[in-house]
Amino acid sequence: MRYPKRAAGHLAALCSLVLLGACAKSGDAPAPAAASQAGTTAGEVNLYTTREPALVQPLLDAFTADTGIKVNTVLLKDGLTERLAAEGERSPADVLMTVDTGRLLDVVEAGHTQAVKSPVLEAAIPAHLRSPEGQWFALSLRDRVVYADKDLDLAGFTYEELADPKWKGRVCIRSGQHPYNTSLFAAMIAHDGAEKTEAWLRGVKANLARKAAGGDRDVARDILAGICDIGVANAYYVGRMKNAEEGSEQRSWGDAIQVVRPVFASAADTGTHVNISGAAVARHAPNHDNAVKLLEYLVSDSSQSLYARANYEYPVKPGVALDPVVASFGPMKVDPLPLAEVVANRKLASELVDKVGFDN
Amino acid sequence: MTWRWNPWLLGAVSVAVLMLAPVLGLAWAASDGSAGLWAHLSANVLPTALFNTGLLLLGVGVLVVVLGTGSAWLVTAFAFPGRKLLSWALLLPLAVPTYIAAFAYLDVLHPLGPVQGLIRDLLGYDSPRQFRLPDIRHLLGCIVLLGFVLYPYVYLTTRALFMTQAAGLLEAARSLGATPLQVFWRVALPLARPAIAVGVALALLETLNDIGASEFLGVQTLTVSIYTTWVSRGDLAGAAQIALAMLAVVALLLTLERYGRRRQRYASVLRPRPLQPLQLRGARGLLALLLGLLPVLLGFVVPAAYLLWEAVERLQVAGFSPQLLVALWNTLRVALLATVVAMALGLLVAWALRLAQARRRNALAMASSRTATLGYAIPGTVLAIGLLLPLGGVDAVASRLLVLLGGQPQMLLMGSVTVLVLAYTLRFLAVSVGGIEAGLARIPLSLDQAAASLGEGATGMLRRVHLPLLRPALAAAALLVFVDTMKELSATLVLRPMNFETLATWLYAEAARGTYEEGAVAALLIVVSGLLPVILLARAGAAYGVEDAR
Repeated sequence: MRYPKRAAGHLAALCSLVLLGACAKSGDAPAPAAASQAGTTAGEVNLYTTREPALVQPLLDAFTADTGIKVNTVLLKDGLTERLAAEGERSPADVLMTVDTGRLLDVVEAGHTQAVKSPVLEAAIPAHLRSPEGQWFALSLRDRVVYADKDLDLAGFTYEELADPKWKGRVCIRSGQHPYNTSLFAAMIAHDGAEKTEAWLRGVKANLARKAAGGDRDVARDILAGICDIGVANAYYVGRMKNAEEGSEQRSWGDAIQVVRPVFASAADTGTHVNISGAAVARHAPNHDNAVKLLEYLVSDSSQSLYARANYEYPVKPGVALDPVVASFGPMKVDPLPLAEVVANRKLASELVDKVGFDN
Repeated sequence: MTWRWNPWLLGAVSVAVLMLAPVLGLAWAASDGSAGLWAHLSANVLPTALFNTGLLLLGVGVLVVVLGTGSAWLVTAFAFPGRKLLSWALLLPLAVPTYIAAFAYLDVLHPLGPVQGLIRDLLGYDSPRQFRLPDIRHLLGCIVLLGFVLYPYVYLTTRALFMTQAAGLLEAARSLGATPLQVFWRVALPLARPAIAVGVALALLETLNDIGASEFLGVQTLTVSIYTTWVSRGDLAGAAQIALAMLAVVALLLTLERYGRRRQRYASVLRPRPLQPLQLRGARGLLALLLGLLPVLLGFVVPAAYLLWEAVERLQVAGFSPQLLVALWNTLRVALLATVVAMALGLLVAWALRLAQARRRNALAMASSRTATLGYAIPGTVLAIGLLLPLGGVDAVASRLLVLLGGQPQMLLMGSVTVLVLAYTLRFLAVSVGGIEAGLARIPLSLDQAAASLGEGATGMLRRVHLPLLRPALAAAALLVFVDTMKELSATLVLRPMNFETLATWLYAEAARGTYEEGAVAALLIVVSGLLPVILLARAGAAYGVEDAR
């Protein structure tokens, strides 16, 4: 045979080597069943999260250091609801953590959470940022703001103005279908109605400097690159960029922009649109008490301040010190629209995005 | 002839049933009803999504054929300095996942990136506000990117054919006075059609299921609209309906393609012989080398160099996280387990079909083989979601039994490495079955008859006759499955156990924070760990996916 036998030989050798190791390893790694069993003993809490664990890792580490409770995590991109449904009563999940109100309420609506009665949580979190029954709790606020070229004067800017033809070819934004955007658009539907929102989306679409794609930080980068002058993004990225090492790329993006907190023009008592990161206790939580402990820990003064200083998010607990960069954005007035109303309009918002071809 | 169940056929049918589990899971989810979905889709989504998807497939298809066949012909028909290096370097883009290539190019070609910076310096502009190139976040950008990363599938299959089968015919054409160009157009290309078809099918299915690159580049494809329906509108039933419709169309197209070349037979008892290459000297040799290096440069060197640069920068700032080694280890062991399982099941399916062919009763075996390869036509996340339902069902039953026996309710499958291996196996079984079937097709059936007449049974025949002959084909298929599995992200993100990171999920986690460059080290590790199998593949690769003479 002319085919290189040696390659196949190497391969076989390599395979058997790694396979041996793999088997050995999978032998001593805790099987998931064992893990869930272990979860019923004290000293652990299992966290299913759709947010990047590194963002909350400092908080989780501090929690473990303070309480001795080990936190097991799995980051799930999409499909939290579907996975919990498949796991059913056998699920090891104790705490469910998401970013985006919609995703949190999806999990609640699907019945994967349980009511928690905790005076600590109720005292720390304002009533409109948690469910009355204790099915979910917001842990931090993420305001959706406008990044603008640092030389522009945008005092009193409204979200509606993004559709003003004077911004033609000057606006950047990520995909209209991203939850951060559908949430903003849903809030606008609640304030201005579906028809006006559709016209507004068409206006914004006509103003886009580039495709609605990429991430929020790209807005800052593209403003520095001169692709656009203003754009829609979440505020905490700016904390990260403006606090980055001197001379780094990120820092140059952050330094090119200012943050403007728009309000809705049409609403009488208006404010800036916020999304939340939040958490709930899983319905079949095997470590129920530890789960509640973790939630309570996350709204303690020290954790809330860590949210503000390490993640640059806005704390839900009033009176917690902000990061200087975030504080420099000025006082935040949160849109008082109930979060449930935003979630209720989310599907319509997503359909409008398709209808106006926002992402095309 | 009596209907006989043999253990091989039973095994093959079982594999097909296993493959049907996620499809049925999806069908169940789809049956939930989704009011008004299709009205909305056909009015607002499908026109664009179909147009984009069609154009994307067409563009990528043309590009991978041109690049893959062209480069395969270049390194087979011509001898020039660097040819040997080129012949394996051309496979390197296989090690680069499309989502990594996309984010690398977004950075490299950004107005603030090195390329446009250099152009501005040369032209004397000092700000991107004065001059910048068009944005690559465009359908065309996506086509070029995917084309340069996915062409190796065609290169692999076509080169194997050129190397092993074509020599006699090509040299005959030459001796009859055909110019090199005529030989290529009139003999080599028609001859290579089945090989090209195999490679293009793999590349296009990757394209169709791609979510990373199309999302990064803002191209609205059908797969993107599945995600939108599911994630942004919380409409799982609707998403499952679109996914199933897409799967049906793909299955139909694949069947038509098979049907189109049903009369072609490629088995041969002729000993393969390499084609005598034409010597290119001097400037022509250099030109050939440069031409051949172009796809390597764009598909591998640029993204890999970018990753290296970013990773070095990152390592200086943050140092190397030992957790990454754990992720690397996880990646390798799961990929390896999945490869072994996929190869074993693939062999089962392919051998059952072979045995059935010998008896001329192959409808069931054929159906099993076709069903078993459906997974490649389903996007990773969709496959994972489809798997959740049957897995949950099995777990529920098992757990109930356990409780009856006095145990605690617990999960047996969900959230285990086993499930990951299962998902990878189903997703990439097509690669293993395809490679093995092609390898088997090279072995004439007369050999089976001879072995049988000497009293060898099905198992002994496989072990003592076919497996030794199949070795290179097996190695090539295994390496391809391994590399594909290592790059897998979307199914992993749905199904993985707690505290379990692979390199791809690590990278995703960094990307999810909007800090792609911090994932550079993980991305580089993915590419580097893909290199060894790809280089091995270059040596064994003469055997993948082509039904050449033996």
